[in-house]
Amino acid sequence: MSNPLRDMEKPDVIFCIGTNMTECHPVAATRLKKAIRNGAKMIVADPRHIGLSDMADINLQLRVGSDAALLLGMAHVIQREGLVDAGFIADRTAEAEAFLEHVKEFTPEWASEICGVDPALIEEAALLYGRAERGAIYYTLGITEHICGVDNVQSLCNLALMTGNIGREGTGINPMRGQNNIQGAGDVGAIPNNYPGFQPVTDPANQAKFAKAWGREVDLELGITKVRALEQAGDQIRAMLIDGENTLVTDPDRKHCEHALKSLDFLVVCDLFLTETAALADVVFPASGFGETDGTQTNTERRVQRLRKAVPPAGESKPDWWIVSQLAQRMGFKGFEYDSAKEVFNELCSLSGTYAGLNWDRIEFGEYQWPVPEDGHPGTPRLHEDSFINGRGIFKMIRYRDPAETIDDDYPVWLTTGRRLESYHSRTQTGRSSGIDYLLPEELLEVHPDDVSAWGIRDGGWVNMSSRRGSVRIRVKATKRSPRGTVFCSFSFNDVPVNVLTGSGYDPVTETAELKVCTVKIEVETETGGVAAD
Amino acid sequence: MSDKSGLTLFLDGEEVPFTRGESIFQVSERHEKEIPTLCYDDRLDAFGGCRLCVVELEGARNPVASCTTKAEAGMRVTTRSGKLEMHRRVLLELVVSENREVDVDELSGYASQEMATLVDRYEARTGRFEGRQSGASRPDDPNPFILRDYDNCISCYRCVRVCAEQEGDYAISIMGRGFDTQITTEFGGILKESACTFCGQCIQTCPTGALGDIKALRHKEIELPIEKTRSICIYCGVGCSVDIMTKGDKIVGILPAMDGPANEGALCVKGQFAFDFVHHPDRLKTPFVRDDQGELVPATWDDALDKAAAGLMAAVNEHGRHSLYAIASGRAPNEAGFMMQKLVRAGLGTSYIDNCSRA
Repeated sequence: MSNPLRDMEKPDVIFCIGTNMTECHPVAATRLKKAIRNGAKMIVADPRHIGLSDMADINLQLRVGSDAALLLGMAHVIQREGLVDAGFIADRTAEAEAFLEHVKEFTPEWASEICGVDPALIEEAALLYGRAERGAIYYTLGITEHICGVDNVQSLCNLALMTGNIGREGTGINPMRGQNNIQGAGDVGAIPNNYPGFQPVTDPANQAKFAKAWGREVDLELGITKVRALEQAGDQIRAMLIDGENTLVTDPDRKHCEHALKSLDFLVVCDLFLTETAALADVVFPASGFGETDGTQTNTERRVQRLRKAVPPAGESKPDWWIVSQLAQRMGFKGFEYDSAKEVFNELCSLSGTYAGLNWDRIEFGEYQWPVPEDGHPGTPRLHEDSFINGRGIFKMIRYRDPAETIDDDYPVWLTTGRRLESYHSRTQTGRSSGIDYLLPEELLEVHPDDVSAWGIRDGGWVNMSSRRGSVRIRVKATKRSPRGTVFCSFSFNDVPVNVLTGSGYDPVTETAELKVCTVKIEVETETGGVAAD
Repeated sequence: MSDKSGLTLFLDGEEVPFTRGESIFQVSERHEKEIPTLCYDDRLDAFGGCRLCVVELEGARNPVASCTTKAEAGMRVTTRSGKLEMHRRVLLELVVSENREVDVDELSGYASQEMATLVDRYEARTGRFEGRQSGASRPDDPNPFILRDYDNCISCYRCVRVCAEQEGDYAISIMGRGFDTQITTEFGGILKESACTFCGQCIQTCPTGALGDIKALRHKEIELPIEKTRSICIYCGVGCSVDIMTKGDKIVGILPAMDGPANEGALCVKGQFAFDFVHHPDRLKTPFVRDDQGELVPATWDDALDKAAAGLMAAVNEHGRHSLYAIASGRAPNEAGFMMQKLVRAGLGTSYIDNCSRA
């Protein structure tokens, strides 16, 4: 997030797009509710009528995967109505002239043809955001898990840049990070392009710095993403070490994923449980978990906080860092002798520009948000206040692209997937916590009541849902939360492995999977267990 | 003495500064006057319901509720007097007489000891008043998280207010008036059928244990002291601070940390209640290795580490250092991810590493 969580109580206009915040980040959503109570207006763009939609002043119920069109339409109106922040554009941005020319082409009527939202609503939303004193954008995977995820994010940046809604209290571009430490995983360099602290591996200076620290030169070439690695499994990739990820259940296209993991010569998995992924491994290490491990994690607002051990670890389980460091030593690697999480964290800080001013003792109370470039620095709750890290904010000339799959006669229904309040990912933890089943006993496919009638299926009845990649059996729930022609379910339940269906395409830049869109057909399951013709 | 605004009032004879908008209660809190209250939660709008926080104000005919009375320049406030203390004690005696029990287990919730503490401070267990008990419990609500024992309710409305003001959920409300006041849901139903999201905030603000943490209370019988360890929730990316409650080697419950920088006391159903996976029998307790029959069987750390190292290095030795790929976790701590990337970089000189962020 560019802005701290506490800023969420400060905007006068809130724009939430592709974020089901009341379910996925409920505590953050309480801050938006307070802002609304204090008079803020809210625009919600989502294919579904989600919890936030109930509180919104303007609901833009767009077709899945059409965000870029909607955002171009909004930019068009802001430009046309002269709601651009000329001073901010002149002082802080680049390519503005070309961008403001570029958006002239994309009228709300044009956008409406693609995204299905009434042009008058697009106008209204654009005017509201364009006129905001403090406009804040919040988004989640509904924006990024598309083949055009990067385009979508850049479209949001364009809106913030043209209206100067960044670098001030109650504004910003705020991705709500999904997992407790997904921010940290990138911060510490567990990505193929950067060393810890987002230092590119392609820079020879960084190569030299880390060679000095670790006694080994790392390739100047980028590594490959997990998506590529799974594709190359059994071919270039022969062995994998997976820590705390139930890849098989949470990644797209389960058949492909299962085939990939089974093609490996050797698989090592560390986890708390024998997950579906761990069950495929040659060696499984028991990791200690919440309340059992000392460590640090970094939240969505870049706040680095301490995790503390409260009870002894289960059985012989050990902290992940210990397991990996021991493994590295046995593989014959040098420099893996650590006694504590503190030592590991302090080494991270010594090598990372963003954590340079931190150390284990300094983050005792969690008051620092990175970057903390040196000792004594107070941290940076709000990014981009006086300048952008890379100089100027550059407008990007985005064009709309169709999703990898669009509905047709064979697969006439849009499926979008997501999460639910009561369960977390593949339920390895929430599914093993008592009481949660009372609230959420099973996965249900959310279908608009009119579609339930039109498709000849039954509320509470079983259907088979198939995509070009596979098929799952699921029970139907009639609800107006789903729009006509689009169905929704989560991927949490292993008995409804919905990622069998997903995986139609990937963003060309980030290789993020288009988990938010795939096309399916839905067929009634007959009482004999067979499937009736559509 | 005065601050920049120059506003001062007299608190028990001492001139003290305040800022515009502050209540007498807030000014008094800052000066450690320990004014008793049962309906006050500093995250919520002042309510003035319990009347315990009344103070004497020079020029006012009757004592005023300090929580709802704004401080004004020159005010002369008395926070403690024989009369005030008598009033407070009688009020507490009345409250005690209406409730089935005063002493509830600390596992009930964050604020659960507030009433018992005040009752003891004012020595109000006199049994001077006897009469009917107010509130009707809801043992028919089968939810596994929130105890609804309204026999112990004092109608402070903190639960109703936290649900509305803090959560914005408006799941619970008030039915009836006076002695017959009852905290309820829409149509008097069970919580699951209301707008309740089971965030547990009502439990944590309840000063009497009328609302209690059912999951934590299951550990009432363990005769060990409760210890609290500050940590961070491990579900979403918000990073809410929690205090893990333990008895011996067991996690028995979660308390929201009121001073948590990301959450300021708020939690959701997962952070509040989904903690017991830690002690689930399915936890892996030893390493496992695949044996000759292809079965995963328990192994010692030594054997498992050797086997894993040998298996990974066999691939590297045969197919080169770019044949090993590491996937780090978005759930594990920073130290885990750091070590994973160091293994491939410092060990093999590659950046063949990623994490869960792309799917």
